[in-house]
Amino acid sequence: MIALIQAIVAIIFIVAGLFFFLVGVLGLLRMPDVFSRIHTTTKGDTLGVGLVIIGLMVYSGFTALTLKLFITLILVWLTTPTAAHLIAKSEYERDAS
Amino acid sequence: MLNFLLGSTLILSLLSLASIYRAFQGPTPADRIIAINLMTTLVIAIILMLSFYFSEESFVDVAILYAMIGFLMTVAVVKYLRKGSLK
Repeated sequence: MIALIQAIVAIIFIVAGLFFFLVGVLGLLRMPDVFSRIHTTTKGDTLGVGLVIIGLMVYSGFTALTLKLFITLILVWLTTPTAAHLIAKSEYERDAS
Repeated sequence: MLNFLLGSTLILSLLSLASIYRAFQGPTPADRIIAINLMTTLVIAIILMLSFYFSEESFVDVAILYAMIGFLMTVAVVKYLRKGSLK
């Protein structure tokens, strides 16, 4: 019973993450400007991988694997916005000069 | 559940193929960097799902290393774009 509820909640989280990934790739392909592409892509990136990892954490239960998944989540949430900020700043400086 | 993980892995790999198009086409260098950055995150999610599909716990370490190397790659390429060299 518990395993069934875990699987259902994990499937809901992973489907939500896939939706955000789809939105990010769609924005990357369809947006007209570099800055709007950065905006859409980073939003889909962060939320997509976060929801997928949270779904996998729910599915795996409470083990040592959950801690590793949590470390991956923190690492991705720290590095992805930093990289997007760096790209946007470099593009803004190149645009201004 | 295992079939669901395999299907979502397939969807994510199709999305990463679509993101290669922007990396190939993009007018400015920043477009290509964004596309490769998004593809790095997609590959992290693919590796994590495959680790549950094959029930191999060591694939999670591969995902952590891939996240670190992807961030390092982005920083290095942006530094090369801004300064013209990697010094």
